Amino acid sequence: MRKILILFAHPKYEHSDANRALISAVKDLNHVQIRDLYELYPDFNVNIQEEQELLFEFDVIVWQHPLYWYSCPPLLKQWIDLVLEYGWAYGPGGNYLKGKYIFNAVTSGGSPEIYSPKGKNRYTLEDYLRPFEQTALLCGMEYLPYFQLGGTHKMSENNLVLKADEYRRRIIQLRDADSISSLSIPSNL
Amino acid sequence: MDGFLINAIVYILAAVIFVPFAKRIGLGSILGYLIAGIVIGPFVLGFISNKGEGHDIMHNAEFGVVMMLFLIGLELEPKNLWKMKNLILSVGLTQVLITSALITSIGLLAGIDWRIALAAGLSMSLSSTAIVLQSLKEKNEIGSTTGKMSFGVLLMQDIAVIPILAFLPLLATTAIDLPNPEGYGILENQPNWVQTLMIFGAIGLVILLGRFGFGPLLGWVSKTKLRELFTASALLIVFGIAFLMNLVGLSPALGTFLAGVILANSPYKHALESDLEPFKGLLLGLFFMAVGATINFTLIWKEASSILSLTLGVIILKTFVLLVIGKFKKLDLSDNLSFAIGLSQVSEFSFVTYAFALQLGVLSQSNSDMLMAVTALTMTITPLLLVLLDQLILPKIKSTSKSKKPELEPKIPDQNKVILIGFGHFGSTLGRFMRANGVEATILDSDPDQIDFLRKMGFNVYYGDGTRLDLLHAAGAAQAKILISAIDNTEHSLKLVKLCKEHFPRLEVMIRAKNRYDAFEMMEMGVKNVYREHLDTSIRMGEDVLKKLGFRAYTIHRLAKQFRDYDEEALKVLVKFKGNKDEYISKVKKQIELQETLLSGELTRKFSMNDHAWDSDAMKDGPNPNS
Repeated sequence: MRKILILFAHPKYEHSDANRALISAVKDLNHVQIRDLYELYPDFNVNIQEEQELLFEFDVIVWQHPLYWYSCPPLLKQWIDLVLEYGWAYGPGGNYLKGKYIFNAVTSGGSPEIYSPKGKNRYTLEDYLRPFEQTALLCGMEYLPYFQLGGTHKMSENNLVLKADEYRRRIIQLRDADSISSLSIPSNL
Repeated sequence: MDGFLINAIVYILAAVIFVPFAKRIGLGSILGYLIAGIVIGPFVLGFISNKGEGHDIMHNAEFGVVMMLFLIGLELEPKNLWKMKNLILSVGLTQVLITSALITSIGLLAGIDWRIALAAGLSMSLSSTAIVLQSLKEKNEIGSTTGKMSFGVLLMQDIAVIPILAFLPLLATTAIDLPNPEGYGILENQPNWVQTLMIFGAIGLVILLGRFGFGPLLGWVSKTKLRELFTASALLIVFGIAFLMNLVGLSPALGTFLAGVILANSPYKHALESDLEPFKGLLLGLFFMAVGATINFTLIWKEASSILSLTLGVIILKTFVLLVIGKFKKLDLSDNLSFAIGLSQVSEFSFVTYAFALQLGVLSQSNSDMLMAVTALTMTITPLLLVLLDQLILPKIKSTSKSKKPELEPKIPDQNKVILIGFGHFGSTLGRFMRANGVEATILDSDPDQIDFLRKMGFNVYYGDGTRLDLLHAAGAAQAKILISAIDNTEHSLKLVKLCKEHFPRLEVMIRAKNRYDAFEMMEMGVKNVYREHLDTSIRMGEDVLKKLGFRAYTIHRLAKQFRDYDEEALKVLVKFKGNKDEYISKVKKQIELQETLLSGELTRKFSMNDHAWDSDAMKDGPNPNS
């Protein structure tokens, strides 16, 4: 069984139905820990040592966040800036994250369809998440396909439940599968 | 003097023995007091030798009822009382009229003289405020539907006492010159319109005093910081109003109730409550014991069948009338049963009307003895019936009609989750911040000048020393979630911590500490949330100093936060050494050592040294991954 760490960043979680649905779908799972970054670090002073020690214990890491201006909320970027230290996460001696798996689980107001060369946003979500992919790569981690909950502004209660359940199944699969590289994970859902 | 001491010992001892016992086996305190009274009364142990003594005590102890109504008034704001007016008029009046009519007609049918029947009917329609309210309070049901209905009926009955007392003399067969039963009779020789005028004048005076007189009086007294003087003033208010009411022939209970309602909005509400509560409790206890002691067992023995059938008859009749009223008011079965049986006894006030009717010659001595025995018996039996109802019958009804009605509104709607003690500069900033976010706290402060001003600003501030247990209770500490101490007196804070630990273990305590040493003491007492008042300000000031010296704002802001965290952590380590007696040499030396450790830059400087965030120096030396 793999241990999964969900690094969750939402500056106004109390107003986000989408993220609440996702979080409550996975919060009771064994071997899954959720770290609510905005609750832990309202002043952006990320505790580097604590974060690093925690990362060390987990096999799969999830960056769960809403998509703001085609990127993550600032505290998650702050977390990346501070925790993924030179000489620890990358660079000489920086091999503590090697072999771990990581991916983004994002919610977006716009529907998945508009993230395409023909859509309003002109690029795919995969394109927008390239910086995360490259960050993972530099740290020797394996970057897995993203999970998207799109079109949150117009989503019905029913669809939300369905998507949340899908997220839960994805997390369970990552936790229990014998080998992750053999999994076929659909990249755009 | 010896007699007094022995009497006091007998009464208190009886109460101390029987009341806890009765409570333990689920009978409630009232039955405990009644049993204690019976035991020390003339028919068991004989400490109270004759009936007259019992009646005297009862008469004096009735003042407990007056105080109780004052305290109940304090919890009832005028606007809430106004909301109850329909209840009082429709339910209360119906009950009084129908019950007296029924009892009177039954008396007539039984061939009793109509005057006696009417006097008994009017007296017996009243229910015992003391018993009903006390047991409602004990069960925490004053705010429930049953509680409100019962209260409405009791209030109407208290009002009804006035016309009843006025009416009884009309029944007198012989005109005798007699003193007013309760009062001092200054009105007796006045024409009617003067009497009416004076009654309204007295009520007006109570309202005026409540609005404009008592507040300044209590404020002035509380400035002396002498608690006993405040208690004395509270008693003065109650005594004064009772006297005034007696003077014009109104019920003192009603008058003090009115004053209580007017003072319900005042900042002294909680302080008054907690100061008068023990007096009320003692007097009521004494009153119940006196009732127990006056039960005339010889008479009951002699006329067992007629007295028992009368007692049961009265209880059944009153219950029946109340059940019908409850049905009309759409009470469900279990509520209706507790409402009807709860009010089915005869009032303590009936003792007064019997005595009065006896003086008037309406009742004969034997009539009066009989009625008194019946009344005392109903007062003893109904609490027993209520216990049976609560433990045997209601659970059955509830289990059959379960989930029929959803949970009623939370029991204490007007109590806040947060209690804030001390509303000086520190507390008020805190209070403003909470209020800006929609969190209202119950605030206690002991500076009367401050309170006036804050009340004008709309804050929910009450006068009182927050380190008193009774006051904390009154402020709702048992139901609150968080208690904040923002007082700048360390001793008081420590006392508060101790109190809360002992009596409200579920309450989260958050404390302002003056300095590190106070913080140590609080931490040793197990307080998790200690806030040193200077810490944040001094660090913030340091931040600004460094910024002015050219440091970058964000860097310094982060380091300041880390410094604060470090300081809090260090405190947790140092507190352990402080407790170690062997290492403890002298307080002064310890303090110097502590300051030295903290002030020698070695420990502190490591923050800046170890901060590599956004630092690319290290990368320049090593192989560059970005190249």
